[in-house]
Amino acid sequence: MYDVEAIYEAKTVEEAIKLRQEHPKAVIIAGGSDVLIKIREGKLAGCELISIYGIDSIRGIRMEDDGTLRIGSLTSFSHITRNELIQKYINVLGEAVDKVGGPQIRAIGTIGGNTCNGVTSADSASTLMAWEAIIELTGPNGVRRVPIEKFYLGAGKVDIQPGEIQTGVLITKDSYENCKGHYIKYGMRNAMEIATTGCSVNVRLSPDKKVVERLRIGYGVAAPVPIRAHKTEAAFNGASVSMETANGIAKTVLEDVNPRDSWRASKSMRLHLCSVMAKRAFIEAVKLSGGEI
Amino acid sequence: MIIGKSYTRVDAYDKATGRTKYTEDLCDKHALVAKIKHSNVAHAIVKSVDISEAEKIPGVVKVLTCFDAPEYLFPTAGHPWSTEESHQDICDRNVLTKHVRYYGDDVAAVVAEDEVAAKRAIEAIKVEYEVLPFVLDVQEAMKDGAPQIHEKYKNNVLAHTQIHKGNYEEAIKEPGLIKIDKWYNTQTVQHCHIENFICYAWEEGGRIHVTSSTQIPHVTRRCVAQALGVDWGRVRVVKPYIGGGFGNKQDALYEPLCAWLTTQVGGRLVKLDCQREETFANNRVRHAIRYHFISWVKPDGTLVARKVECFSNQGAYASHGHAICAKGLGSFPQLYPCENFEGDGWTVFTNRQVGGAMRGYGMPQATFAIEAHTEDICTELGLDPIAYRRKTVMPVGYVDAFSKNELYSDTFNQCLDAGMKYIDFERKREAYKNQTGDIRRGIGVSLLWYNTAVWPIALETSSCRMVMNQDGSIQLQVGETEIGQGADTAFSQMAAETLGIPFEKVHIVSCQDTDVTPFGTGAYASRQTYAAGMGIRGCAEAFKAHILDVAYRYTRMQSYLMDIVDGNIIRKTDGRVLMTLGELALTVLYDREHNEHLTMEKTAQLKTNAYSFGCCFAEVEVDIPMCQVKLLNIINVHDAGTLINPALAEAQVHGGMSMGIGYGLSEKMLYDAKTGKLLNGNLLDYKLSTMMDHPHLEAQFVENPEPTSAYGTKGLGEPPVNPVASAIRNAILNATGVAFDELPMRPHLLYEKFSQAGFFQD
Amino acid sequence: MSNQYKLVTCTINGKERSAMVDVRASLTDMLRNDYGLTSVKKGCEVGECGACAVIIDGECFNSCIYLAIWADGKNITTLEGLTHPDGTLSDIQQAFVDESAIQCGFCSPGFMIEAESFLQKGKIYTDDELRKLLSGHLCRCTGYENILRAVKKVMHKRAAESV
Repeated sequence: MYDVEAIYEAKTVEEAIKLRQEHPKAVIIAGGSDVLIKIREGKLAGCELISIYGIDSIRGIRMEDDGTLRIGSLTSFSHITRNELIQKYINVLGEAVDKVGGPQIRAIGTIGGNTCNGVTSADSASTLMAWEAIIELTGPNGVRRVPIEKFYLGAGKVDIQPGEIQTGVLITKDSYENCKGHYIKYGMRNAMEIATTGCSVNVRLSPDKKVVERLRIGYGVAAPVPIRAHKTEAAFNGASVSMETANGIAKTVLEDVNPRDSWRASKSMRLHLCSVMAKRAFIEAVKLSGGEI
Repeated sequence: MIIGKSYTRVDAYDKATGRTKYTEDLCDKHALVAKIKHSNVAHAIVKSVDISEAEKIPGVVKVLTCFDAPEYLFPTAGHPWSTEESHQDICDRNVLTKHVRYYGDDVAAVVAEDEVAAKRAIEAIKVEYEVLPFVLDVQEAMKDGAPQIHEKYKNNVLAHTQIHKGNYEEAIKEPGLIKIDKWYNTQTVQHCHIENFICYAWEEGGRIHVTSSTQIPHVTRRCVAQALGVDWGRVRVVKPYIGGGFGNKQDALYEPLCAWLTTQVGGRLVKLDCQREETFANNRVRHAIRYHFISWVKPDGTLVARKVECFSNQGAYASHGHAICAKGLGSFPQLYPCENFEGDGWTVFTNRQVGGAMRGYGMPQATFAIEAHTEDICTELGLDPIAYRRKTVMPVGYVDAFSKNELYSDTFNQCLDAGMKYIDFERKREAYKNQTGDIRRGIGVSLLWYNTAVWPIALETSSCRMVMNQDGSIQLQVGETEIGQGADTAFSQMAAETLGIPFEKVHIVSCQDTDVTPFGTGAYASRQTYAAGMGIRGCAEAFKAHILDVAYRYTRMQSYLMDIVDGNIIRKTDGRVLMTLGELALTVLYDREHNEHLTMEKTAQLKTNAYSFGCCFAEVEVDIPMCQVKLLNIINVHDAGTLINPALAEAQVHGGMSMGIGYGLSEKMLYDAKTGKLLNGNLLDYKLSTMMDHPHLEAQFVENPEPTSAYGTKGLGEPPVNPVASAIRNAILNATGVAFDELPMRPHLLYEKFSQAGFFQD
Repeated sequence: MSNQYKLVTCTINGKERSAMVDVRASLTDMLRNDYGLTSVKKGCEVGECGACAVIIDGECFNSCIYLAIWADGKNITTLEGLTHPDGTLSDIQQAFVDESAIQCGFCSPGFMIEAESFLQKGKIYTDDELRKLLSGHLCRCTGYENILRAVKKVMHKRAAESV
């Protein structure tokens, strides 16, 4: 039995917005794999909840007319992994969310919840960062679209305004076209794990597979929020597909990341891993793109 | 033969359907709910407790504090009672404490109508503390001036024992000896049975009734009575099916508190259900033990003298106390006999949670240390680790002067041979020489030696009752408990074997109820098949003799001419079936002349016990830059004497290996140095292995029947854990050249040690 | 709080059932307390151990972190639903019995219900895939060895039957 003061259930986005306005202090619950745990451990005990789990209209994945991939915010990890569009265009996202917890967690956990709780360890986050996802929010004043990098305001804080709920995660055609990526989750065991750190790298290679036309690197648990490795990307966009480049990436990412010391892992260890992961994920992304290192 | 056959577990069907009743399934859903207020400081005196806000919360029935609690001190260890006061367990607990000794100690409790009200009330209780300095490290706690945790124990030393053999100081003067001086550290881990501890209590008929998820109902009954200051007979403890114990439930956990709480609410039914976080933070843990080994060896490895120091971190209360440290210490001069041995073991109070029994009882720690050290000797001297072990290990015919235990067979060599063959040891060892590169493989070995049961340190006893039904089947009752290991099935096989009835005709009463179950001390020390086996055989033989005496009345055959075979009374001379056991039971029960209810009850006191042996081989792949170890192959080979039920024995070994893998590679309870708080007390942050963290687990056996055992069997429950961490450690050493002297060998430690080894320098 | 209840109507093990449920209840609470389904076990109550797993509309969930009110309109299967009406065991349950995959039995229902959710006729998984599919369940007794053995056995049996 959860210590909840009241639960309001929304079946449509409109109902959810109305409830948000009526109960501004109420906490939004999607799949609940985060919120219910916080209630139980006392952090949110006695709260009011707005359940949006029943809003079927923001569940599922489709391609819009302009080629944008739209992932409804309530789409569960297991459904993302199994989705044909994801498998075809952005397989690494399906693979990344397939590393969340275990199968039952992936059945209940949603991509919306994973981004809205603002945690740096979210397995979807580094990949969404690296693919420049756009977060769609719907509120009393209509729809607002925020690049994911701007959506994260700080540890546990995201840009959701009063009255809003997150309704979709969008990835544009330009972002995914001719692009392949690889995600490495670093954990202390192979399942039921929160990432100690994680790195998602994707590349678009030149047609002859000799040049890295575009390099994007996203990290989780390398800073208080998920981050992009902009310096490294700038330094190696246009670089040759080579071990030299891979080693260069491994070194340069240390200028981008800023992990901290915690009982889960030392800063020094995380820095070391950030470097190793970037290199390995880059090499893998190149291989997936048909390149050779 | 019924012994030695892989019968299906007697409880398998019910467990497969989900209808098996565990403690919570039996508790009335309208029970009052108890919750505990745990301290948020590691060491303090409680000055006052303000319960005024808590009492106002709707649904709260009663709020009780350490100032309300009875003054009776009680012990918690699941040990047999001793009539000699000096051998009794230490009484250092109150149901709620005014002297907080670890972060999470129990200072108050709430009884409420539901869980939410109880939780809210716990939050509303305000405790004022006089905060005291605290100490977490075992050797720090021994220093002069360290915080005093219990009044009576100077330098916090709960106990110190020594072993002296030969003359160490003289022996080390021999010229040409090589000194190998090393420290080995083990960590704190938790049992992680999937059913958390739970109990419920009520009063009825002027008595206190407790149903509990325990391994030791009869012992718990006594602890509850001690805690409440009542006669033992006024307490009844019932043990239903339990969702694992592994030693944590070989302790009186919260039964005394729950029993007291029911007496404070007019005897109403009170349920005390530990949350997983409480199971981690407020139950028992495996002792972290630090070892210092100094070995003096000849260049050929001959062990001339050895000195060992053991520092066992007991935590806040005595619980099983020094027994665990002492068990490990005692093993060293036995496993690798040494003429000149000096050993010291200290068990020391600290402001950490309480070390208690856990599968292996000090031997996973000791085995890690001795088998790591043995490998280090081989590495230092360039000796073959298998040949060295074969040469120096306890020889056939070895007898321990204290326990009179004996190594009867060439079991170590047999186990090693089987393990080497399975894992292809020699070829791989050769193949893994001189590796370079980021990813390297290695293979390692560890021996296993385990002294089962508790005689002669404590009483060993097992009682058994058999009650015959009208159809010739029996109810079988013993005080030794089914905790998932399959004991009920093994007991049923033993009874059927000796009594001469089909397995299906044995109806074991799985649930122990101290009102009706014959006395037995419960599940621990890998004693179930060995100890209960004696009780069962003794009872079954007496019962059979009695039945044949009774049968004389109906068959006119002298009892010595008859036997019971497959549920029939037969004439031995020609094998003729004279009557079925069912016919006899029915006839005698309703006989208007000589009516009798056929029953038998016997107690077996054991004055022997047995060594259990084996080994483990592990093969690993180490990803050096990623600081990760992948376990590729692993095998345990055991000599547990005759196997009663090979399938269940194999399953037991798998479980132990799994626990050993976690012990070696991932499990560790982390404490905040600033507060003493447990940081990772949940199943997400505590790294219990998942199915993805294991390779295939190979379990093999060498069966040398134990001469002192009723059925040739001996302990197998705990031994499988013990050699695993050291085998993995030795495999990592083989792969990388880096010797890990600390557990677990998790990525953090690999990063640290590989950095030191210069692996990450460009 | 002011007591808040909701009528939850759902299909449980093939039968339509209704109950007034406290909105604060987890699905574990509802299945255990209102329907006496004791196969649904409480091991952690935060989705980490898998002992409370049930199948909801074909997919396996941890019922401890699933609000009971969400079950309205859903089709739920617990381990009790696998046992045939005459008490005989389903192939998965029987395999767990035969392969000694059950020890203390507390995690077993979760593993069996998980296996039921993904073992379809004809579908063959590698050992690594099976380990991943079952990785949301913790067990301390078995080392998972015989559980894997039991699930594989059923997988191959069902595959053979589908040919």
